[in-house]
Amino acid sequence: MSDLNKLTIAEARDALKKGDVTSVELTEACIGAIDAAGALNAFVHKTPDIALERAKAADARLKSGEEAPAMCGIPVGIKDLFCTQGVESQAASGILEGFKPEYESTVSQNLIDAGAVMLGKLNMDEFAMGSSNETSVYGNAVNPWKVDDRQLTPGGSSGGSASAVAADLCLAATGTDTGGSIRQPAALTGITGIKPTYGRCSRWGIIAFASSLDQAGPMTKNVRDAAIMLEAMCSHDPKDSTSADIPVPNFEAMLTGDIKGKVIGIPKEYRMDGMPEEVEKLWADGTAMLKDAGARIIDISLPHTKYALPAYYVIAPAEASSNLARYDGVRYGHRASLAKGEGIVDMYEKTRAEGFGHEVQRRVMVGTYVLSAGFYDAYYNRARRVRALIKRDFDEAFDQGVDAILTPATPGPAFGLGEMSEADPVEMYLQDVFTVTVNLAGLPGISVPAGLDKQGLPLGLQLIGRPWEEGDLLNVAYALEGAAGFVSKPEKWW
Amino acid sequence: MLDHLAFETPKPTVIAGAREDWELVIGMEVHAQVSSKAKLFSGASTQFGAEPNANVAFVDAAMPGMLPVINEFCVEQAVRTGLGLKAEINLFSAFDRKNYFYPDLPQGYQISQLYHPIVGEGEIIVDMGPGIARRVRIERIHLEQDAGKSIHDMDPSMSFVDLNRTGVALMEIVSRPDIRGPEEAAAYVTKLRQILRYLGTCDGNMQNGNLRADVNVSVCRPGQYEKYMETQDFSHLGTRCEIKNMNSMRFIQAAIDYEARRQIAIVEDGGEVVQETRLYDPDKNETRSMRSKEEAHDYRYFPCPDLLPLEIEQAWVDGIKATLPELPDEKKARFVKDFGLSEYDAGVLTADTTNASFFEEVVGSTIGKLDELPLSPVYATTSDKPVGDFESIQSRDLGKLSANWVINELFGRLKKDDRDIADSPISPARLGQIVALIKKGDISGKIGKDVFEIAYTQDRDPEEIVETEGMKQVTDTGAIETAVDEVIAANPEQVEKAKQNPKLAGWFVGQVMKATGGKANPKAVNEIVAAKLGL
Repeated sequence: MSDLNKLTIAEARDALKKGDVTSVELTEACIGAIDAAGALNAFVHKTPDIALERAKAADARLKSGEEAPAMCGIPVGIKDLFCTQGVESQAASGILEGFKPEYESTVSQNLIDAGAVMLGKLNMDEFAMGSSNETSVYGNAVNPWKVDDRQLTPGGSSGGSASAVAADLCLAATGTDTGGSIRQPAALTGITGIKPTYGRCSRWGIIAFASSLDQAGPMTKNVRDAAIMLEAMCSHDPKDSTSADIPVPNFEAMLTGDIKGKVIGIPKEYRMDGMPEEVEKLWADGTAMLKDAGARIIDISLPHTKYALPAYYVIAPAEASSNLARYDGVRYGHRASLAKGEGIVDMYEKTRAEGFGHEVQRRVMVGTYVLSAGFYDAYYNRARRVRALIKRDFDEAFDQGVDAILTPATPGPAFGLGEMSEADPVEMYLQDVFTVTVNLAGLPGISVPAGLDKQGLPLGLQLIGRPWEEGDLLNVAYALEGAAGFVSKPEKWW
Repeated sequence: MLDHLAFETPKPTVIAGAREDWELVIGMEVHAQVSSKAKLFSGASTQFGAEPNANVAFVDAAMPGMLPVINEFCVEQAVRTGLGLKAEINLFSAFDRKNYFYPDLPQGYQISQLYHPIVGEGEIIVDMGPGIARRVRIERIHLEQDAGKSIHDMDPSMSFVDLNRTGVALMEIVSRPDIRGPEEAAAYVTKLRQILRYLGTCDGNMQNGNLRADVNVSVCRPGQYEKYMETQDFSHLGTRCEIKNMNSMRFIQAAIDYEARRQIAIVEDGGEVVQETRLYDPDKNETRSMRSKEEAHDYRYFPCPDLLPLEIEQAWVDGIKATLPELPDEKKARFVKDFGLSEYDAGVLTADTTNASFFEEVVGSTIGKLDELPLSPVYATTSDKPVGDFESIQSRDLGKLSANWVINELFGRLKKDDRDIADSPISPARLGQIVALIKKGDISGKIGKDVFEIAYTQDRDPEEIVETEGMKQVTDTGAIETAVDEVIAANPEQVEKAKQNPKLAGWFVGQVMKATGGKANPKAVNEIVAAKLGL
């Protein structure tokens, strides 16, 4: 078999089971692809030795006759936000320079237990704060999709994961999504990414950005793979008090493609001023495809949508300002060198000024401000109330019988690296406009590639599901994927 | 449950300023370390005195991605404490983050309960002497994490941090400003500590820092406090200062006294007290400003997103309530009622449960040594084991007699040896034997003391001592009559005087006792002397 790195999880699983291929072969193909893809800057810490060791173990397990899990032997990349035992885990930040945890995050441990093979750590925006992967201390990852000679962002924060999966450097990757960090890069690179319901994946061992919003999820080449990998990542974890104690179903088995009678809501508030025509058309096309597949389409209203982005950019920085207080140079990571006579306050200030990039500093300052005495009610408490209203909007839609909600995933296609560097930060924040509502409401959301724009860049549609019903959501996405027939791949230039 | 003993309210402390009199108003925030093997949000040990940084879980050190998980036992302990303070238990409570930077606070925030504490309003009856007590209202109790320890004196250029204490569970017990003087403040902490120890929710060890108090002090003119109590309007009271982190009863009193006088001097000079946090310096006996209200940290409290709100069930609370031990006020009232003790003696014996149990075992064993069977059950020590009938105990005066022996003889003797009651060389059963021997008339109280000393020092059984050493009282009236006759015959002048003044009969009794080596039954001697003298 050639180009083993181009296989999907499902294809590789079947080939492994049949004995047509070994995990070592798959892994070697990926390692080769990674080594040849330095220009994408997707993998920031490569772990070929660990990968081959786990691949051998997976091959032995597959051979043993034991019913091996679907992920057994599948080579994947892990976002740098996940703590991986003995392997650099830096959240793409200078402040965690050289940090190698002595523990493995629950999600990555679940993948290890399922026999998955870690190829290395993937680039991202620093502490998952960004939508272009340009805030990374390792430098930005690059989108394998390209227009002429313009290098494009893979999106963010899970930009390295998106780039690596789109470029076939690995079969799949983990991502995390606080305001759209799985779905936006998935849309910008033509892959599938699902953020499950808050509480589905344990947050234990994932470096925290905004605890009430952070969720892990898979980034894969198609919906079936997303179903397979999500099942392996989810678990109830007593080490995370916000982890849900509910059974994890066989998501793949729920992919029938039959969505007859399903009710799909189209929220009018997602029709934004200045939305590119192509995005609007894609959305309309997607709506028509679901209708053709037998779904009932209804117009719905989510009236508080316009307040979601401001509320998100109060709540997320507030939690981040507190979550990132631990990076103080005292116990691990970067510590500034001090001049004689300088004290603890100098150490904090210099360490954090040197260790954190500008976007992180900006959000820590915003978060500190909105929590401070005299502003707490005006900002943080008001944002919490807005959050409750946004959740209520969704609850009411679902109470009307809506099974899933279809929206664009992003306001547009991938943009040029560096293009936003001089822009108002709020312009970058607008990348999350369709995705943050889902995090604020704790719902599952999936981005499915649905077409190309006129430059030939991928565009994605987002489906939002009922809480805990990822299986149904994946099935609607599966139907959409089938109807859209998106098969384009970036032309290899790297 | 027995009613509290009736009490009167004590007078507030009045300090005479240069111009007028001032009263003190004091509120306290006591930080009590929860007795628990593991920390509030991690499985790390809470053992005191371990090697630095030996008891530190990943979450205690705030390693990236680590999450807190509530220790259910600490919640149970807080609920138990709330129940012990007759407080409202909040079935819904929640944790908040209090944000500030310090090297011994690895997370950069302390997880606490600002907005929704687990325990609401309760009360403590602070004893200030027999029949006098102050009812101090408890505003709330919340659970929070302790910080670690910064060590600045080990190296000239570096500081060190020990995280063993980081994350240990504390209960912050907040009172209303109902304490009215330095002695009351110390008595408040003493009573609170006693209750916590009864409950087993905090060991109360102040030296190790397991019980620390922040003291809020203000002064007001007489009459103002009553207005505050009527309206709950703080504007009737003076501006308060908070004295941080006191861990000695003596220092609490001295600091309050100093601080009150400082504030009085300011106000009488026409100045204004500035609301601030102060530290007490025991070497100089003064309080010094730590930070003013303006310099106070902005802690940026917000709900901790890593933890769900704490929702507990009434049935669980009821289950804890069912296992509450008898508390100091109830025990003291029962000792007064059932054993006929003075309030003072009852207070001494109920100061801690070890004393109280010892005493009750003494009483219990005396009953076993007496012939009559108890009529109906008596509540036992701290358990439900009946020891006898309290009517009969009272009638026999056994409670009082036992209390005298425990408080005066045993405590005195233990103190002399610098021993604790827990390793008393004489068991409660043996002390009970002595009390029973006296009560039965086998030995006199005076002989009893000799028996006690032998039993205490030689680890012997009192009944055996009395037998072996021939210390049993002479109750044979014939023998006593002979002795009385002899004394009367030898002292005719005294006989005449005694007939004029019957009080002198005591002299004859003394002589007879002397002649019999103290072994004659004093009651019998008294009767025979009176009869022979024709009194």
